Amino acid sequence: MQVPAQVEYEKASSVSHALSLLARYGPEARILAGGHSLIPMMKLRLAQPEVLVDVNGLADLRFIRVAGGELRIGTLTTHAQLLDSALAAGHFAILRDAERVIADPIVREWGTVGGSLCQADPSEDLSAAFAALKGTMIIAGPGGKREVSAREFHTGPYETVVGPVEMLTEVRLPVKAGAGTAYVKVSRRAGDWPVGAAGAALWLDRAGVITDAGIGLTALGAQHFVAAEAEDYLRGRRPGPEAFAEAGAIAAANCRPAADQRGPEDYKRHLAGELTRRALAVAARRAGWGEGTGLGERTP
Amino acid sequence: MKITMYVNGSEHARDVEPRMLLIHFIRDELGLTGSHWGCDTSNCGACVMWLDEVPVKSCTVLAVMADGRRVTTVEGLARGTRLDPVQQGFTACHGLQCGFCTPGMMMTARWLLDHNPAPTETDVREAISGQVCRCTGYQNIVKSVLWAAAHEGDA
Amino acid sequence: MSEAYGPRPRKEDARLIRGQGKFIDDISLPGMLHAAILRSPLAHARIIDIDTTAALAHPKVTTVLTGEDLAARGLAWMPTLSGDVQAVLATDKARFQGQELAFVVAADKYAARDALELISVDAEPLTPVMDVSVATSGDAPLVRDEEGFAGSGNRIFDWSAGDEAATEAAFARADVVVTADMTYPRIHPAPLETCGAVADYDPVEGRLTMWVTTQAPHAHRTLYAMLTGLPEHKIRVISPDLGGGFGGKVPVYPGYLCAIVASMTTGRPVKWVEDRSENLMSTAFARDFHMHGEIAATSDGRITGLRARILADHGAFNAVAQPTKYPGGFFHIFTSSYDIPAAYCSITAVYTNKAPGGVAYSCSIRVAEAVYLVERLVDMLAGRLDMDPAELRSRNLIRPEQFPYTSATGWEYDSGDYPRALALALSLSDYEGLRREQAEKRARGEYMGIGISLFTEAVGAGPRKHMDIVGLGMADGADLRVHPTGTAVLGVSVQTQGQGHETTFAQLVAHELGLDPDDVEVVHGDTDRTPFGLGTYGSRSTPVSGAAAVVAARRVRERARIIAALMLEVAEADLEWLDGAWRVRGDYAAGAGIVEIARAAHSSLDLPDGVDGHLDASAVYNPPNLTFPFGAYVCVTDVDPATGSVVVRRFIAVDDCGVRINPMIVEGQIHRGLADGVGIALMQAITFDAAGNCLSGSFMDYLLPTALEVPSLELGATVTPSPHHPVGAKGIGESATVGSPAAVVNSVMDALAPFGVVHADMPLTPAVVWGAISRGLGPGRRLGRRDLRRRSGDALARDQGRGEDPALGVALAVADLSEQQVDGGGGDRVEVGADRGQWRDEVRGLGDVVEANHADVVGHSPAALVQGAQDAERQVVVGREDRGDLGHPGEDLAGAVARGGVPVRRHHRRDLRARLG
Ligand SMILES: Cc1cc2nc3c(=O)[nH]c(=O)nc-3n(C[C@H](O)[C@H](O)[C@H](O)COP(=O)(O)OP(=O)(O)OC[C@H]3O[C@@H](n4cnc5c(N)ncnc54)[C@H](O)[C@@H]3O)c2cc1C
Ligand code: FES
Ligand code: FES
Repeated sequence: MQVPAQVEYEKASSVSHALSLLARYGPEARILAGGHSLIPMMKLRLAQPEVLVDVNGLADLRFIRVAGGELRIGTLTTHAQLLDSALAAGHFAILRDAERVIADPIVREWGTVGGSLCQADPSEDLSAAFAALKGTMIIAGPGGKREVSAREFHTGPYETVVGPVEMLTEVRLPVKAGAGTAYVKVSRRAGDWPVGAAGAALWLDRAGVITDAGIGLTALGAQHFVAAEAEDYLRGRRPGPEAFAEAGAIAAANCRPAADQRGPEDYKRHLAGELTRRALAVAARRAGWGEGTGLGERTP
Repeated sequence: MKITMYVNGSEHARDVEPRMLLIHFIRDELGLTGSHWGCDTSNCGACVMWLDEVPVKSCTVLAVMADGRRVTTVEGLARGTRLDPVQQGFTACHGLQCGFCTPGMMMTARWLLDHNPAPTETDVREAISGQVCRCTGYQNIVKSVLWAAAHEGDA
Repeated sequence: MSEAYGPRPRKEDARLIRGQGKFIDDISLPGMLHAAILRSPLAHARIIDIDTTAALAHPKVTTVLTGEDLAARGLAWMPTLSGDVQAVLATDKARFQGQELAFVVAADKYAARDALELISVDAEPLTPVMDVSVATSGDAPLVRDEEGFAGSGNRIFDWSAGDEAATEAAFARADVVVTADMTYPRIHPAPLETCGAVADYDPVEGRLTMWVTTQAPHAHRTLYAMLTGLPEHKIRVISPDLGGGFGGKVPVYPGYLCAIVASMTTGRPVKWVEDRSENLMSTAFARDFHMHGEIAATSDGRITGLRARILADHGAFNAVAQPTKYPGGFFHIFTSSYDIPAAYCSITAVYTNKAPGGVAYSCSIRVAEAVYLVERLVDMLAGRLDMDPAELRSRNLIRPEQFPYTSATGWEYDSGDYPRALALALSLSDYEGLRREQAEKRARGEYMGIGISLFTEAVGAGPRKHMDIVGLGMADGADLRVHPTGTAVLGVSVQTQGQGHETTFAQLVAHELGLDPDDVEVVHGDTDRTPFGLGTYGSRSTPVSGAAAVVAARRVRERARIIAALMLEVAEADLEWLDGAWRVRGDYAAGAGIVEIARAAHSSLDLPDGVDGHLDASAVYNPPNLTFPFGAYVCVTDVDPATGSVVVRRFIAVDDCGVRINPMIVEGQIHRGLADGVGIALMQAITFDAAGNCLSGSFMDYLLPTALEVPSLELGATVTPSPHHPVGAKGIGESATVGSPAAVVNSVMDALAPFGVVHADMPLTPAVVWGAISRGLGPGRRLGRRDLRRRSGDALARDQGRGEDPALGVALAVADLSEQQVDGGGGDRVEVGADRGQWRDEVRGLGDVVEANHADVVGHSPAALVQGAQDAERQVVVGREDRGDLGHPGEDLAGAVARGGVPVRRHHRRDLRARLG
């Protein structure tokens, strides 16, 4: 088996301890969360950090709770915990949709929400989900905490705004009435990274008009994982197959997927449209749009 | 780095390089070769063991991360000479051929049954979906786990 | 007495479920060193220098071997299983990405890996040959440019089988001809355990003990002797528990030899175990057959001819594991389960800058490719004739009364009842019901597919006069020793990789001797303790080694009869073998079983002259013929056309492998192969980019099916014993891998039929399926001849959802016709009004060569037609003058099209030239 290169290892006992370790060891130090992205990269020697700062001991970063009108998720929350959380799914079914199809049950027990976001792999499912939900990231640094919109968190493939002496501590998702959310993914096989995926969040008013829309695209070359033009198109409209198809077409036209083993560009572009359309339809249904009343069946 | 681990109920202390993977610690340092490895990319699950009470792909964890924790491997599955129902199920239902994936499969199966004593076929398939078997087509693995669920209480 | 047969738990399970198996990486010897291999990052490069100084300076590194070091011992090259040579460590050039360059030996495996990064390689990159279709084009770079290869031009061999003229005649007479190009992609058996070795050379005794992941320990011993010059009796090969093999553990790999040399030079045991990327990138690929197939039939669905032209990509060294007499393997069994009077195939094998290998991944070599080709063609023919594929198959199956059956290419099938297997598969699947369901779903816009495949395997090689591995004839020994207390030990030459030999072979012997299978111990995998033989692959264990065990057991039984006669004081002729004992005729109670006879045989009982004591016997079994297992499969899929996702919903498999010794194990083997079929059809492929980089070097990209892709499998069985095997068994290890991929692909193509999709190459990933649909004709728009009459090019384009471009419309129509609507010359002529009501003769297609004549393009230049076909993503367009009836000189159009700059596949171009005269 391939094995990592030599590395030093430190266990952090608190966020400030972790930050001081990062400061002490400099830019070649890396936070080690679940390790389920970092260690595979180290084995393949695609990553060769000099020091690992293990934050797994920071139990207070493992939580899912509602406070201040937000669903708050601690960075060390595992995929499995998020998947199993009735609270999270109750507010945002998209989280359960996405978590069901991230990796496999064993990996989900160890990989963390924060690790997933900080890995910033363009194929990371949660990045698009949180972008769709218009979340906020809380980043701790030597000078205290700062907030960054989920849509500004990623600066490129494998790059985020988190500085060398900073760490992500929490994700906050605004809870607003009238929401329906969904995530749809196509992969070549169970447990595989997505060929493409789309997450949608719709907020409907009492009249059934879309007051706000969030669309995240995974692995499809969308800037910041977001289909902003399609969101703009939907705002103020009524849900419906035509609107969703049009939003899908707009999303497809505005993303820049790259061909790889998972598929050629035209296929991925097609997926951007198709999956956006599907995710919107499910999200709308969950927001209460549908036969008869137009409002009713709403995710709790 | 000095670490201590409680493996299948016994304490083991060793001085290891921080980069050593848990699978290598268990196999090479402790000589417990029942857990295997089959890939470089955390995809195959041949290395699945428990860290505390949770299955983990032990090729994706550093030994130092398991410092002070409990590890259970296939060697710790039987209680004394009494085979775990999962082990019995695998034999009764021909759930293994070459046997290379089997330890990892059984550890996951035990975990599944601990949390879900009456799984459906789909539950079983889902639980082992991060693990590859090249021999059985999964059919008899699924059957074995369901057998174990049905025979859990047997003396 | 025959309770010895039947399902019973396996003996090998006891250790394996306790984690007590001993696999290669579990071997640890005192003082053992660990090795790692430096591999070429480039697919094709001239090596200028390999500098190991820094690696050698690493405190934990013991030694580093390079090609130069091996050359000094005459070991830089080794013979392959196909009469070629392969570099052990490269000295002149790297010929594929992942090729072995240096072998580092260190105190532990982490240090060995670290030291790889300290070796610097100076190499000049060369253009790699990655496309098999241009490898022999003359202007392609030479993969092999060393001495002795001059003029080969990347061509390894041309080989053919069957009667070319008779086949040509059959095609000329045919009412209907369907042709297709299809690729059986390069795949990898990927056993869960990778390959490895521990070499332990004892300089004092001059003895080498070699633990190695091999399916053929005895063949390995002979090869190591030949290679290293060590005397064969000083070499002991031990194959420990194997974590799967599937053909991948037949060859000798460079790492094994390096481990031997390293142990000889360091005087310490050396372990080398490859990692997964090394496994996928350098060892044991399979298939990689680029096939052009043609099938001829009468209009009422009688298949009259089959023809195939193959380009085989063998990679950088010809290391295919196959008998010398059959460079194309057993591909020429391609008439498979059908009674086809005329067949001809030709195979050209070429070198490319890809890993060598070409092992039989769970099939007798190349039978998988053969079955896939014919089963796809038969399905396409059914579509062409508008006939149910099950019905077309039943009309053409070899009938039971035709056995022993000699095929058009000379195979003598031993036994079979194909209609029975097909009927059972259809009834188990409720075929009629499935078709009804499909019709209902189609009406609702849901797409399910029903795929059928039949297969005939040819397994259990030899006979030795026809089959060998590097000159070693394929016959296998068995040694049976019956102890004084009546328990027995059987030594066999074959090696289990999970097939349960320890159990099945004990059952075989127990059955013959009236013993309890628990009283028979099976020894295998250790050349010092077992008789010579060629090992386990090609489903040959039970057919060959199992037969040897039975023959040995029967020899014991005959000896026991003599002894029993003495014991019972009767004449031998008065004894009969009944219910596991020699009994006195007419007096059932008087008799002696093997346990008592064994005691007597070892006692002081006075034996007549010429009768040895004891009850041991050995046998070497040289099979008179192969055995021919067969089966019929039905696969049901659901396809989501908008995403291209495929779900295999049901898989029904009826297998006939003759007599089943342990049906539980037999079924396990079938399960495995069906899962393989799902994987091969939908996701497994080793691919490369144009620069020669392997894109499938890990389990992240070489995808294997999980429990969620493989459905619950439904098995049925028929039993048609082999007439020539001592117990009528045939071999089952590979049947399902051979038979199942075609069922899956046929099923997906069936689902896509409403889109006009006729064929797409494996693996049918979502992207491939969607691509096929989007290049198809849209739901319900399968082109028929009638559609084409008197339609203008722009109408055709519109019909096919391709805008208004008339050239594109014509090109698509022609392309489509060449795949699915092709008629034979002579007979029934298809007339197509392609443009402005013009009529033209449809021409016989050359697979993905789209032929068009001037009548197609009145008003369009050939260049426009070329453009149209390119836009339609057809690979090739070739203009062809229509046999003079338009009065244009032939060169004109061909020349124009050639100037259109379209890449014409080399072999097609050659054909075309011949045809254009
Ligand atoms: C087999 C397999 C399949 C997978 N399939 C999928 C999939 O389908 N979809 C998907 O989305 N993901 C997939 N993953 C990835 C998985 O989701 C990630 O491994 C995991 O979520 C990353 O979290 P981690 O805690 O393991 O991060 P780590 O590996 O510990 O860290 C990843 C990166 O983030 C940094 N980091 C971690 N936490 C912080 C923090 N709090 N602040 C700052 N930086 C931090 C680390 O320094 C490192 O650079 C798969 C992984 C595996 C092994
Ligand atoms: S070795 Fe493959 S997942 Fe751990
Ligand atoms: S039994 Fe061989 S890999 Fe599962």
